[in-house]
Amino acid sequence: MKCQSCAQAEATVHIKEVKNEQVTEMHLCEKCAYEKGYRTIVLQDKSSLASQLIWMAESLYPEGTGALGQVRCSHCGLSYSEFVQMGRLGCETCYRDFEKQLKQVLRRIHGSIRHVGKAPGKEGLLFERRRELQKLREDLERAIEREEYERAAGLRDQIRLLEAQGEAEAEPSQSAGREAQA
Amino acid sequence: MTSPAAEMLAARGQWFAAPGPLGEAILSTRVRLARNVRGLRFPPRALPEELEGVLHRVEAAAGQVPMLRGGRFLAMERLSALERQFLLERHLASHDLASDGARRGLCCSADESAALLVNEEDHLRIQALRAGFQLDACFAAATALEDQLESHLEYAFADDFGYLTACPTNVGTGLRASVLIHLPALVLTRRIKKVLSGVAQVGLAVRGFYGEGTDVLGHFFQISNQITLGEKEAQTLLNLERVVHQLLEQEARAREVLLKDAGDQIEDKVRRAHGTLTQAHLLSAEEAIGLASALRLGLTLELEGLPSVSAINDILLHAQPAHLQLRVGQVMDAPARQRARARLVRERLGQSRAA
Repeated sequence: MKCQSCAQAEATVHIKEVKNEQVTEMHLCEKCAYEKGYRTIVLQDKSSLASQLIWMAESLYPEGTGALGQVRCSHCGLSYSEFVQMGRLGCETCYRDFEKQLKQVLRRIHGSIRHVGKAPGKEGLLFERRRELQKLREDLERAIEREEYERAAGLRDQIRLLEAQGEAEAEPSQSAGREAQA
Repeated sequence: MTSPAAEMLAARGQWFAAPGPLGEAILSTRVRLARNVRGLRFPPRALPEELEGVLHRVEAAAGQVPMLRGGRFLAMERLSALERQFLLERHLASHDLASDGARRGLCCSADESAALLVNEEDHLRIQALRAGFQLDACFAAATALEDQLESHLEYAFADDFGYLTACPTNVGTGLRASVLIHLPALVLTRRIKKVLSGVAQVGLAVRGFYGEGTDVLGHFFQISNQITLGEKEAQTLLNLERVVHQLLEQEARAREVLLKDAGDQIEDKVRRAHGTLTQAHLLSAEEAIGLASALRLGLTLELEGLPSVSAINDILLHAQPAHLQLRVGQVMDAPARQRARARLVRERLGQSRAA
């Protein structure tokens, strides 16, 4: 099949676009696809992912992606339909706010929805926090010496906040329970 | 003042200086870990000031990380298009990083084996490169760099989904291990398609010389894992290692078939390639890679009087367009590049014969 845009090169990028509940199909060569703004698809060779996402959306909501597409991430504002178009999530919160749909996508891509590999070492975090706490305590001492009591009170609050965060993270994480609900 | 790229071009002792284990068939091994900084939007959705913040934090952290000591930090937007292309040819930048430098950066060790790609699709791509087949060494190096960086940055991580990445194809371990392998006999015996479709079936990806979305050149293939969720890093590496060994076996069998059925024709092809490389007045990049590929095939067939693997790798690296233009010190049009390339190859092969 030739590219629909230049009609010269072979069409290697196949794009299905869902806009206002209308599905349009395009068959382009890489160069034209790139020029039309489908950069990430062409460069990252993720067209298969994009089509998987659309397949997911269509099979889950055969009446159209309207309602689902308008769900937005509460942190970065990315809509699900934007994610389907771009194939990229906007932030950590997207993983929570699109969790239900994502799990099906992830199962299709990876055959799994649960990480089993390495986790960040708490060593590094504790080290960082200890160092920050140490610095704040030194600042606090200095502030008291100089009788800057307003500043000292602010520093004390910061120290308490950091200490409380440290204790909260020693508890098991909340997200561990989510799997059971789904 | 010389440019960082010109300094890198003149540097000695980089990771690719010697061929490495199984270097006749395998050019290089790479491991990349995708990581994002906790609490910030991923680069495709981030605000410019967030990206600048990440760039500065990584630059500051890189100055204190032991594995990057004595290395470089390059702000991509301060580099010319030619210099960015140079980094791409050296496997230090991705297409994405090379095509748009705004608020993007690259830190690498002096020998270029360890690198951080900053603000590409994710805030961080932690990269390790080795010559030949060295999956475990690459993974160990990338993980060590990740750990060293972790005392300066917190990574975005969730207990259920693992390391969180902009693209859901990388979530979990964020690990992408890849091997650049030369399979000329499988191509010439027309078995490559079948073999590679088998590779795809076990969940690995096959790509061209420069990675994702690029053409296959000179019978070099990049084989990499695709699964990053629900599989431990060690398992991912083991799967890839097994498949690479199978590919090497199949390539060896194809080579025997070639020698038996068409020994004279193959030797003729190799000798003509050698002749063209040592005599041509004009050489395009594709032709040079194709001819160098034929020489490598000749070496695996144990033909006498050919340049060494090191000499051929040297040509593969330095005959690339940006390397060539930086060496000459000016931007050249295609005909001028072809002339300069042919001269470079003649000189290099002449030296290696004299040596």
